[in-house]
Amino acid sequence: MAKIYSKKTLVINPMKPKKETISFLLNYSKALSVIKVNDKSFEIIAN
Amino acid sequence: MADIQLPDALLVKKYVEGDENALTVLINRHQSKIFGFIYSKISDRDISNDIFQDTFIKVIRTLKLKSYNEEGKFLPWVMRIAHNLIIDHYRKNKKMPMFRETEEFSIFSIMSDDSLTIENKIIRDQVEIDLKKLIEELPADQKEVLVMRMYQDMSFKEISEVTGVSINTALGRMRYALMNMRKVIDKHQIILTN
Repeated sequence: MAKIYSKKTLVINPMKPKKETISFLLNYSKALSVIKVNDKSFEIIAN
Repeated sequence: MADIQLPDALLVKKYVEGDENALTVLINRHQSKIFGFIYSKISDRDISNDIFQDTFIKVIRTLKLKSYNEEGKFLPWVMRIAHNLIIDHYRKNKKMPMFRETEEFSIFSIMSDDSLTIENKIIRDQVEIDLKKLIEELPADQKEVLVMRMYQDMSFKEISEVTGVSINTALGRMRYALMNMRKVIDKHQIILTN
């Protein structure tokens, strides 16, 4: 029997951040509003 | 399907105009590339998550402030923010922890001199001499393969090219060389350990 010396390629799952991190970012984005008055900008985060 | 069709530039435009779903698509599309990039530099999942989060907080704020200039380079822009935050992280942690020697703890318990003692050097030299004698006893074809593999660090493919035999033959010769050496070692009870 011939031996097969090649290795099987490993299936690598892509690295992903935590679901909590993504959900935090999406909520942060929804909560954040920026108001520009003349040259100044104000960031408001709604609870 | 929108994830596949809409280009980044359009999604950014939609997000700036107030479409929150556009951000979801952008994050889903690029999260593994960006997170993978951060993790490749940090090698710690929790810190990588923190940096990923800080990166997108900056992205969100910049986009909402409308101070982002879309030039069709959303991903490189986010990568650059991540890169800068990684540098900041390393700057913050620049100071190495300092160890003081106490009665319970000595720095030499974790640091050691790995070089061999004089006695061990003599033993190692003797082992190498014995090994060379054993190799000399091998049939020429086996000796050739073993020397090329172990001393010249050649791959079996290279060995097969140089000697003009197939890779399987070279592998077989290596196997027989090792078997023959083991036989001689067992027969004469040679000790080859340091």
